[in-house]
Amino acid sequence: MNQSSQVSTMPVRTLSLHALALSLLAFVIALMPRAASAVEIQRFTTPGGINVWLVEENTVPLITMNFAWRGGAAQDPGGKSGVASFLTTMMDEGAGDMNSTAYQEREEALAMRMSFSAGRDSFFGEFRTLVETRDEAFEMLRLAVNEPRFDDDAFARMREQILTGLRDSETDPQTILGRTWGDAVFGNHPYGRPVAGTVDTVSAISIDDLRTYRARNFARDNLFIGVVGAIDQKTLAGFVDKVFGGLPLSAQLAKIPDAIIPDKPFLRTAELDVPQTVIQFGRPGLLRDDPDFIPAYVLNYILGGGSFSSRLYEEVREKRGLAYSVYSYLYPLDHAALYVGGLATRAERAQEAIDIVREEIARMAKDGPTDEELASAKAYLKGSYALRFDTGDKIASQLVQLQLEDLGYDYFDKRNGMIEAVKMEDIRRAAKRLLDKGDVFVIAVGRPTIKTDG
Amino acid sequence: MNHRSPVFRLAASFFVFVLVALGLPGSARAFVKDVANFTLKNGMQVVVIPDHRAPVVTHMVWYKVGAADEPVGQAGIAHFLEHLMFKGTPANPNGAFSKYVASVGGQENAFTSSDYTAYFQRVAKEHLADMMRLEADRMENLVLTKDVVDPERDVIMEERRSRTDNNPSAQLSEALEATLWFEHPYGRPVIGWMNEMEKLSLEDAISYYDRYYTPNNAILIVAGDVNADEVKQLAEETYGKLERRAEPPPRLRPEEPVHRTHRMVRLESPLVTQPSLTRSYVVPSYTTADRKGLAGEAEALDLFAELLAGGSTSALYQKLVVEEKVAVSIGGYYRGTALDDGELVFFATPAPETTLEQLEAAIDREMAAFLKSEITEETLARVKRSVIATSVYAQDSQQTLARVFGTALTTGRSVEDVLGWTDRIRAVTADQILSVGLKYLDKNQSATGYLLPAPEASRS
Repeated sequence: MNQSSQVSTMPVRTLSLHALALSLLAFVIALMPRAASAVEIQRFTTPGGINVWLVEENTVPLITMNFAWRGGAAQDPGGKSGVASFLTTMMDEGAGDMNSTAYQEREEALAMRMSFSAGRDSFFGEFRTLVETRDEAFEMLRLAVNEPRFDDDAFARMREQILTGLRDSETDPQTILGRTWGDAVFGNHPYGRPVAGTVDTVSAISIDDLRTYRARNFARDNLFIGVVGAIDQKTLAGFVDKVFGGLPLSAQLAKIPDAIIPDKPFLRTAELDVPQTVIQFGRPGLLRDDPDFIPAYVLNYILGGGSFSSRLYEEVREKRGLAYSVYSYLYPLDHAALYVGGLATRAERAQEAIDIVREEIARMAKDGPTDEELASAKAYLKGSYALRFDTGDKIASQLVQLQLEDLGYDYFDKRNGMIEAVKMEDIRRAAKRLLDKGDVFVIAVGRPTIKTDG
Repeated sequence: MNHRSPVFRLAASFFVFVLVALGLPGSARAFVKDVANFTLKNGMQVVVIPDHRAPVVTHMVWYKVGAADEPVGQAGIAHFLEHLMFKGTPANPNGAFSKYVASVGGQENAFTSSDYTAYFQRVAKEHLADMMRLEADRMENLVLTKDVVDPERDVIMEERRSRTDNNPSAQLSEALEATLWFEHPYGRPVIGWMNEMEKLSLEDAISYYDRYYTPNNAILIVAGDVNADEVKQLAEETYGKLERRAEPPPRLRPEEPVHRTHRMVRLESPLVTQPSLTRSYVVPSYTTADRKGLAGEAEALDLFAELLAGGSTSALYQKLVVEEKVAVSIGGYYRGTALDDGELVFFATPAPETTLEQLEAAIDREMAAFLKSEITEETLARVKRSVIATSVYAQDSQQTLARVFGTALTTGRSVEDVLGWTDRIRAVTADQILSVGLKYLDKNQSATGYLLPAPEASRS
């Protein structure tokens, strides 16, 4: 229940026109919208010295608190990938004097919601409570953060669930794609390891590994908090200090080297007897704080980012019916940056689909977008910002993401101006840097129908 | 449509549950106290859900038609038409609607289920009138040509490959549903069967469109920074001007005959590395419980599913995962939102040394034990509280609220039914919960699916 990579939000019996979920790697890029006028962000430091960003919103009797410790799966020890992910499953498996069952029954009785997930660079928490039971719910969170029990039987149970999930996905095309990708693109770098681990690495994880990870990563100087809901600063400060104030001041994080992303085209395939070939392509991207990140973001919207309007969508899906979902996105991590795209198509047309993707990227690299495409992209990106501010959940997660990306408190206000300021010359410069000649590497899983490597 | 393996189904079922769950305790009726509900002269229903926190709106049109209304031999036409609705009209050709939505920074999508088909846009509130004008236009003026229909048919076939043909677990689910329902079209996959999808034609799509896409078969739902008066005025100026294009027939699907057998479906595949099982029972939905004079049974089934298998505090999880350790995971949910009957669904993954047969026997034994057990007041209060809270959390999202009402109204429920849900959940007694369990956990009303590795498959 804690691992975000396992969450599917497609309701039973319902199909959607457009795929909502992208690949395993599709970590949504947080290009922050400007806060809608009604949203006022309060920044403050608690008496215990913890920084908090709060949007007070009293319409609904709820409090949502998102938080993140910088570190994430990249901090998993070598040979034991999956530790951070494993720890997410243990967070509600007993704390203080409550064993797993007692803790979960209490969570249910309080109708609180608590979940954790491991990203590449951060360990995320989401906590929600009704106002009327907030005192008890914050106390539950305090116990989970400070006094987890790591009981043997709970550990064994979660371990078996994780291993079962890993075994279950061993022949899943997306999983194989993710592993092949990690190996081909990142090699031995920590980013090349599966966040959830493998059967071998998870089998090697001990309770002590979880304790050690927790002790090194759960601290105050790598903690970022965003809160939305019916609570004032002073009251919130008390809860925050109670939950997080007892953690060590400084995290002890391993230094992660910058990854070198291949900039030459290559093809790596994994054979699997399925009717549809799953394809992912990529090349080096731009870091989040790169001055050309915004122009590159606009460029990608035109090339493969727009849901019903990108060039890849038009050429691959709309004109030729080659795929249900085709997309690309910028994927900046703390220590690497990629441009990534993907699609899935029937085996016998996989080669054709890859050729079209390569042509479109090369065409964009060479000629750039039209003036009309640029204007439309800017209009969309500016206009859609308010849509990211219509739920407390979304706002809380963005408050955290903005702090992690360290783009400045006023980024919300500046962001649309930055989009507006993008000129064709910026796009061309970004295209040159992002796409160069348009070479991409390609990873494909399916029947052996692909021959050329571009 | 959930296309994950059984191991990962819990999250999906939770979402389904949210869709059913609304109806709020007094202090929590923040937005929904202002929900307005009226009908235009041409028969189109309108629901307005004000939420003034952000200057955006969610605009949805729901049609009371879905895959269970498809002509025999055309499985998938409801979903195919949903895709084709984006192609254009004489006034707005070549995807002009989508281009316009993008140009104002809007987001859009559409979805199809067995009972409904819906289209939505999320935009800044000043663009609401344009969305209504464009959506009204495509309700009566869709134009299709072979040039757009042929590639789109390939797209839905790719969609089927992504969801089902590449995924043994989804193939088993599809077969399980087809086996569970003898006669009712709920046994048919929403995406369609590949052999029928290949033959779906432009004429099939238009004929379906002309039969069902008419204001008197549609529901407008607007959630967001609006009030009922302004939506009413805009609706009269746009949708209100549409003629009734058709009189869709009553939604009378074939009724299930008496079931006298427990059915088993097995799928063995080299693509399966982890065995699992699923069992579904046919039970009343909220709608059929009322239709059959079984008031209160659906609410009791909701709580029954939660107590028996709803999560890690449930009876089955505690007994079989925590205590006996014969299962690695187990869960279940009640699919109670449907125009016709619903389902109780259970899924489990065995521990490494346990066979599916042993696990199934243990589940049957524990289900029987649960039906003889006593549900304490404390446990019942705890579960009710958690279930009811879903409706408070749902208020955080105007999109969720819009979907709750849309789903209810296209499956035979009313706004009042939705708003009264929490009070009815509160009224359910432990006796009622055990009674529906005894009544409906009849193996002859169920089908069980085994997902197994192929015998020759070896795992390293």
